[in-house]
Amino acid sequence: MIRFDGVTKQYPDGTVAVDDLSLTAPTGKITVLVGPSGCGKTTSLRMVNRMIEPTRGSISLDGQDTGRMPQAELRRGIGYVIQHAGLFPHRTVLDNIGTVPRLLGWDRKRTAERSRELLERVGLELHLGDRYPAQLSGGQQQRVGVARALAADPPVMLMDEPFSAVDPIVRDQLQDEFLRLQDELGKTIVFVTHDIDEAIKLGDQVAVLRVGGTLAQVAEPSYLLAHPADDFVADFVGRDRGYRALQFQATPRLPLRSERTVVLGERPEGSAAWLLVVDDDRHPLGWVEPARIGGRAVEDSDLHRGGTVARAGGTLRGALDAALSSPSRRGVVVDDSGSLVGTVLAHEVLSAIEDTDRPERDEDDPVHGGAVAVAADEA
Amino acid sequence: MASSGGSALVIGSLFSWLLDPAHWSGPDGILTRLLEHLWYSVLAMVIALAIALPLGLWIGHTGRMRWLVTATNAARAVPTLGLLFAFALWLGPALRGNLAFLLPSTVVLVLLAVPPLLAGTYAGVEAVDPAARDAARGVGMTGWQVLRQVELPCALPLVMSGVRTASLQVVATATIAALIGLGGLGRLLVDGIAFGDYPQAAAGALLVAVLAVLLEGLLALLQRRLVSPGLARTRRPVGGSRNDDDAAAVEANARLPVGQGGIPGGSS
Repeated sequence: MIRFDGVTKQYPDGTVAVDDLSLTAPTGKITVLVGPSGCGKTTSLRMVNRMIEPTRGSISLDGQDTGRMPQAELRRGIGYVIQHAGLFPHRTVLDNIGTVPRLLGWDRKRTAERSRELLERVGLELHLGDRYPAQLSGGQQQRVGVARALAADPPVMLMDEPFSAVDPIVRDQLQDEFLRLQDELGKTIVFVTHDIDEAIKLGDQVAVLRVGGTLAQVAEPSYLLAHPADDFVADFVGRDRGYRALQFQATPRLPLRSERTVVLGERPEGSAAWLLVVDDDRHPLGWVEPARIGGRAVEDSDLHRGGTVARAGGTLRGALDAALSSPSRRGVVVDDSGSLVGTVLAHEVLSAIEDTDRPERDEDDPVHGGAVAVAADEA
Repeated sequence: MASSGGSALVIGSLFSWLLDPAHWSGPDGILTRLLEHLWYSVLAMVIALAIALPLGLWIGHTGRMRWLVTATNAARAVPTLGLLFAFALWLGPALRGNLAFLLPSTVVLVLLAVPPLLAGTYAGVEAVDPAARDAARGVGMTGWQVLRQVELPCALPLVMSGVRTASLQVVATATIAALIGLGGLGRLLVDGIAFGDYPQAAAGALLVAVLAVLLEGLLALLQRRLVSPGLARTRRPVGGSRNDDDAAAVEANARLPVGQGGIPGGSS
């Protein structure tokens, strides 16, 4: 657990970057600091490993005041990932990953083994280990940055906009893999971003900071979207927050209807305006208009692929999106193996949404309401 | 003299002078002069490196006293020859024997070598990717470890280019040691001109040039061995980040002026 206790950072010229910040990042959870430029989120993060020293207040790691720990030792025990990866250009990928183990005095063999293990863990092929950073793409560099931070298995990770310098598709991929990794590792993570979508996707808890370095609100993402503490937070979480909040609501039992299908390469039967095309394993491929192809077998080029596919037991957002994007207006729902379960209509998803509860608003403490509970023995 | 036959004659006599075995051996032979020349040059380079390397690393690492780099660069404008005579007149009488000449000439050569070495070292450390430096501190390297493990190796290409510039200048300029009575290849030049032995003077000049080129080649080889292949490759294009229009990305970029990422490096 990382605990900020009345932390203030004021620079000699009088600028206050962080103002009396009190916040707890619970063990094993991802706490995202988000806010506009100049809100002190990066400063707050960098005060945890004392890259920046607080002016007032204290930060503790599992109850130990970081201000009293030797700087280098403190940092070696905390994983650190930054925006441009900051890889050492003169060292190979494997040597980069092995940086902290070497600093801790591990022998070469153990360091090399650990580095190779991590290379695979972050989804890079082993042969990339002997390359130099300049030979990697931005996304690959960022993965190496994460591997380097994980090398000595620190319980705590600090991540400063680690995915913001890569293109949106790679970013999405990195985020998904990051969540998968966190599921396995359960690190205590403080993550800085300026992107509210990223904050909501990754955070177990999201702390919104405003310019001047004060905490506007800290809460679980669904709570934040449902109950912004004030206009600033409401504005910052964005216009389509109602729709985005659906991604936290697991689909209740939806009235799925069975769908007539045709296997690709066979002739459609019946008079339906739209027919769902599947492969031999009943994986949906797309929709077809039988009237248009005039009774011949369905070819690949006949397919309308515009519709998204929702997973049964997935989120309401996925189900609604499947219905809205489907050419037939019938949203395709599949099981975990990707096989067709049935379809659902938008109004059916909407009535399911109307039946779900929104997170309760905490009237006593609008700023901290809905924050991830910290176990009593940790406090 | 200006006819082509004349210049062929000069070149012919230059080579016959060089090919005469009698000119190569003995206490005033070419080999002795060559070794003397190398000795003056190496001595000056070692002293200059001992001064400029730590100083340049320190200035680059701490960012303090940057004016010193500019100041030493300005000092290059002082004419070497005048400086040599000034030092010889000033230091000479206080010293005995060979040292009375060796010290002034070494001081002058050191003063010549320090500016490119200092500028190269400082610029090398200064140019280290701020993100790499930040990461080095962030993973728990001490200041010394950051310098030794990250800044110095990354600065090496520019340090080495400073070393090459300085050696070239020192080897060429060590010729003037002969003007105050020392040996070296300058002896051949100075004496050749003084006694009207032009083939000898030309041979001296040629030998200095050959020595300088050989040394340059040697240092280039050394650089290739010392500098990590990761640095030798072409640098990534600056400004590779694709999301710069975002306010917060601009904030972050102000912190990390070297843009990178997003674009695959030019592999192989």
